[in-house]
Parts: sequence; C-alpha cells; structure tokens
Amino acid sequence: MLFKKPQVAFYPFMVLRDDYKCVRCKSCVDQCSFDATYYDEDLNMIMNHHENCVNCKRCEAFCPTDAIKVVKNPSTFHPDANWTPEAIRDIHVQMLTGAIILTSTGNDKPIRNYFDHLLLDACQVTNPPIDPLREPMELKTFIGRKTDALEFDPDGVSIKTTIGKQLELEIPVLFSAMSYGSINLNLQKAMARAAKEFGTYWNTGEGGLHRDLREYKECTIVQVASGRFGVDLEYLETSAAIEIKIGQGAKPGIGGHLPGEKVNEGIAQTRMIPVGSDAISPAPHHDIYSIEDLRQLIYALKEATNYEKPVFVKIAAVHNVAAIACGIAHAGADAVVIDGVRGGTGATPKSLRDHVGIPIELAIAAVDDRLRKEGLRNQVSLIAAGGFRSAVDVLKAVALGADAVYIGTVAKLAAGCTQCQQCHTGRCAWGITTNDPRLAKRLNPDIVAENLYNLLRAWAHDIKELLGAMGINAIESIRGNRLRLRSWGLTEQENKILGVLPAGM
Amino acid sequence: MEVKSLGEDIYEIVCGTSHYREVNSKVKELVLKGAKKVILREVYGQRYIGTGIKGKVKIEVYGTAGNDLGIFLFGPEIEVFGNAQDGVGNTMKEGKIIVRGHAGDVCGYGMRGGKVYIEGDVGYRVGIHMKGYKDLVPTFIVGGKAGNFFGEYMAGGILILLGLTKRAGEDIVGDYCATGMHGGVIFVRGEVPSRYLGKEVKVFEPDLEDMKILTKELKGFSDAFNIPLDEILSEPFTKIVPVSTRPYGRLYAHRWAVARGLIK
Repeated sequence: MLFKKPQVAFYPFMVLRDDYKCVRCKSCVDQCSFDATYYDEDLNMIMNHHENCVNCKRCEAFCPTDAIKVVKNPSTFHPDANWTPEAIRDIHVQMLTGAIILTSTGNDKPIRNYFDHLLLDACQVTNPPIDPLREPMELKTFIGRKTDALEFDPDGVSIKTTIGKQLELEIPVLFSAMSYGSINLNLQKAMARAAKEFGTYWNTGEGGLHRDLREYKECTIVQVASGRFGVDLEYLETSAAIEIKIGQGAKPGIGGHLPGEKVNEGIAQTRMIPVGSDAISPAPHHDIYSIEDLRQLIYALKEATNYEKPVFVKIAAVHNVAAIACGIAHAGADAVVIDGVRGGTGATPKSLRDHVGIPIELAIAAVDDRLRKEGLRNQVSLIAAGGFRSAVDVLKAVALGADAVYIGTVAKLAAGCTQCQQCHTGRCAWGITTNDPRLAKRLNPDIVAENLYNLLRAWAHDIKELLGAMGINAIESIRGNRLRLRSWGLTEQENKILGVLPAGM
Repeated sequence: MEVKSLGEDIYEIVCGTSHYREVNSKVKELVLKGAKKVILREVYGQRYIGTGIKGKVKIEVYGTAGNDLGIFLFGPEIEVFGNAQDGVGNTMKEGKIIVRGHAGDVCGYGMRGGKVYIEGDVGYRVGIHMKGYKDLVPTFIVGGKAGNFFGEYMAGGILILLGLTKRAGEDIVGDYCATGMHGGVIFVRGEVPSRYLGKEVKVFEPDLEDMKILTKELKGFSDAFNIPLDEILSEPFTKIVPVSTRPYGRLYAHRWAVARGLIK
C-alpha cells in the first residue's frame, strides 16, 4: 500500500537545526533517548529521524548555541474538525498493530475545566481583608476520622474525647501515588525529602518501598493495590498511613500498568515478577467485590498495624462517585481519595484516559454534599486528585469541600518534565519516568527536592494571600464554604451540582 | 473469652463468640510475652487470625477459621483443625498455614513467600497473582479440587493441585485455569483437559528436575497430613508453565514504537 509506514511519512514534530549556529558538539545526539537525532560523519552534519521525535525538548534545552527548535510539522493533514491528525494517526497505529493504543500522563482533551469557571470572593469595606504578610495564617490540615461529638471535662476547658491517628499537613497538598517503576527512585527520593521538610506526605504508589526510603517513614503513605506489589507487614508498618487503591482517574476500571520495557532487574525484584514482563495489576482487587469486602481489607490492614495507621481508599471519580464514597465511609476508611478525569498515569490505554470518568470539580462537590447529607462527613477526610495546576485550583477544591489535594504531574513538572506523553516507553529523556540508569542519572534528587520545596512554599503563600483577601485566617474556614465561590458561564444544572451561585448573585 | 496457660510458653484461648479484634489482640499480647504456641478453641469464623505478628509462633485453630486467615502473614505457623473460609494466606510473606479441611475463595492471592497446605478442596481464584523472585518462592498445595480461575495471573511461585478428594467423573479444576499466567509453575496430579486452560500457558510432562522440586514440596504436605508420598506420586503429574513472560506484549502499541520500528 505505502512505500513507507504512515508513522514515518506523516510525523507530528520536526527538529529544526540552524546549521550555521550548530557547532557539531553532538550534545543533542547524546541527549536524545528516542533515537530522533544522529551524527553523519561523512557529511559532518547532525541529522534527524523526525518521525521518532516526541517533542520532549531535551535537545533544545541542551544545545549550547540555541541552534535547535522542535516544532510542529507544518505539513499536516487536510484541516478537518472531525478527522483530526490525532484521529488519523491512531487509526494508522491500530491498522498496523491490531493493538490498543497505550499512552501516559493525563487526559489532554478539552474537557471543561470547572476551576476556570469559578471565581473567588474578596472583602471590601464591610468586612476587612487580612494582611497575610504580617498576620498569622493557618494552613494546617488534619487528615483522618473525626469524632461525632466533643465531650469536655467538668472544668469545661479540657477535652475528654480522644481522636484516632491523624496526618498533620502544613499545606493541604500531598504528593500523589507514583510507583517505583513508573518513576525511578530519584523522583521518589526528591518527593520524600520535600514532603518531610515542608511537613506533608508522599505516596509510594503500588510498586513497593525501596529500602533507601524507609527513613522517610513518618511522611510516607504506602499504597496497597490489586497487584499487591511489594506489600508485606514491614511495608505496611513503614508508613504514616495506608492507601487502598481501587481506581485511578487516568484509567478507571482497570489496574495499574507498568510496561515490560520498564521492568528491569531492580523493579522485578521489588515487584517479584519476571524481568521484562508487563506488571498489569488485576482490574479488581479479587478479595473486594463489595463494600463489605472493602471493609474486610480495611480492617485487615488495621489489624496488621494495630489500628495505628489511618487507611485511605482511593477511587476514580465515576458516575456514581458520591454513593460509592459514602459506602467507603461506611466501610471504615479514614479518608476517601477521588481522582478525576484529568488524573495522570505512567501508562494507560488512550481510550480510557480520554473518555472514562468525570471532572474532579463536580466529583468533589457531589461527594462532599452527599457525605454531609448522610451525616458521614466528619468520619472521613476527602482528598481530591487529578490535574491540579496551581494554588488557586487547590483553594477552589477546598472551598468546594475537599480537605486536601494530591499533586502528581506538578511534581513531575518540577523535575523537568515537558509533558511529551511518553512515560510508557520507559525512555524519558529527562530521567523521570525511566529506569534506564543512564537516563535516570539525569534527575538530581537534591535539586528536585529543593524545587518541590520551593513550589510548596510558593503555593502556601499563594493560598494565604487569597485567604487573606477573603478575610479568612485559617484554611478550616474556607473548607466547603461554597458561598465564597461564584461561577461564570455555567448552566443552571452545573451550578446546582457545584453548589455555587453564578457571578452577580 | 477465656485464656489459660498450659505450661511454659503455651496458651489456650477459648474464643467462642468473641470479636476477632479481641481474640487477635490477645494472641499478639501473648506472643509479645514470649508465647511459643497459642491454641485457639471454639473458633467461629473469627477473621485475620495470625495477622500482624512477627516471629516463629505456632497457632492452632480448632473450629472454623474466618476470612483472611493469615493475611500478610510474616512468620507464624498456623494449623487449622477444621475448615477455613475465604482468603487463606492472602498476600502472605513468610510462615506456614496448614488447613485440615476445605478452604474458600481467593486463597493465596498475591502470596510472595511461605507455604500453604490445604487438605481438602478450595474455591474460586486460588493462587492468583502469586509472585516469586529467585530463591523467594511461595508454595501453595491443594489436596483436593479447585474452582475456576485457579492460578490466574500467576507471576511466580509453585502451585500444586492434587485432586485426592476427586471422585470418578469429577473435574479436578474449573474453567480458566492459569489464565494470564506469566511466571511460576503449576503442577496438577493427573491430566488437565486443554479446554480448562488459559491460552497463555503450555502443558508439559515434568522432567527429572521438576520431579525433584515436586517431591521436595510434596514431602512437607505428605508429612503434614500423614498421606504416604508414594501414594501422592503414584499418578503422573502435568506441568503448566506460561508460554511467555509477557503475554500481553502485543496487545498494546503506540506511535513512537511503530515509527521507531520496535513493532513490526
């Protein structure tokens, strides 16, 4: 049919090189991990296999003379709103391979971002704003089961009620689950360090806990997923909390997926699977087919750890998320984690990433609402995840009803990620989502830990600034306080679900 | 709940209708005090027995052990004089579980070490997603028959099915045996018709090396239940192993791999 494969003939990106500026240092050749650049000795020229370029921009960043620009291929298909280049390219892949298209990161489709349709309030005249630079502002957040009522000693001052173990956060932001295997140890190290220094938590994901990270026990959330990789009593004990992963926003309804390309000797050892095999976790936990079964696993984890660790349950935000979250609360979880349709991943079928689940904004509002109506809100903390980009997104999520927010992609970006969507190949040129030691070395955990710390610091100040403007001096006072939100450009139905009034009302 | 000391380092707990939390915390307390053996009497389905205990204690269970017996087990040896319910040896790492009776569904799920011997039959999805790495090899032996999805997604370890309780005309295993298997080995006493097997596996006759492993593993089982080893080995075994360590490698593709020529 074709002389060349369509992938080779019609490629999405091009590497443009200014031959006058190029000094033939070959650093681009050395840096490209996708085989898109090579040096031709006879011509003394740097050449490209444009079809292999994924637009990761590593060569651009490392060119000492700024001779390289990676650009969209100007030769594109005929403009067509239905048959987009992506739609055509997907068909080209499937017609040759007969396979499901694997991709990574989060949903890249223009699904409405409700955070962008929400506006925050501020104080003017009738109540004064607070100056966050000079006055105390409280972002401290506690995650865990709260009591139904408080009992006081007869003196009326000291509290008699005791409360179960809580996680104490200095900012309502935690690092999301990214497994050892999907990312390498360097990024995990950086997250653990930043979490410890700032006063928050990082999550191991489902790939077990490397022994080098055991020292971060106090700020580690260990995950138990359907593959049960790396799960044993010592793992459960080396934690501040345990998270049962039922689902993930990037792939609701299926299990974790670590492509065989990334399963080297070290990963095979921690996961106890053959080298090079795909670590595909079962779609369900086979010991959980109901809320009662979930309760059984929650209490198995509590029994195993002497009721010392809060147990979280993470689900993808799907159509009936509010009812499911209530079931989780009834099952005895200490926190419900919901991951929205924009949640990221290291590998997922593209059809699931882009088309399954609901936006996290609607899910937070629906879950918070339902938990309150059923009188369960105090029994569980609510953690939201999936595509959070800024301190403003975090604050709006808290105002909608979340206790805290998980960030994953943000941590990757702070480590140098350019969102080229190639995590599943295991070739990340930035050394983040690769286990190739040559590439992994590119990520310096010390520098990234500092970047992450700076980021948390910036977000904390940002949130304080916004709270101050609203005349609020504690994050507690904005939680579920939807009166301080207004929407624009949404339908009546959307406003009803979000529980917010349109701007002007 | 009644607790008695039966001499040095041996204790007896009469469980009755006490909640599992009470029973298990008592067992933990006794182990911390240095108990070497704890006998649980009148067990009526109490869950999670043996969980959260480190060390070499022996726990004897008289009655019916509840769900998740020995989940996350990390050292103890549990012997059940009676039946066990679902999830025996769920995600266990070290130790031994002997059940002198039948066991339910999802036993040995994600098991990564230690040994489980079930004298009778087991339910659905037993030995699924067992794991192993080099010399860390879990062993799960079923004396009787097994239900559907036996050894599904298996990634490592040794799973043995003997069918000693099988009567003429009965099947030793259910449908979808070894579906998605990509590591480890399953041995079945007698033949397994191919219609019961997942398409990711192949069947072989055990060679000398396999027989050595089998004999070694079955010795423990034979000793535990007093069944002569010769009798167990009197029938030929079938060995089931995965065709590939990557059964779904061709099921996923992406643009870069095709452009690069990694997928033909």
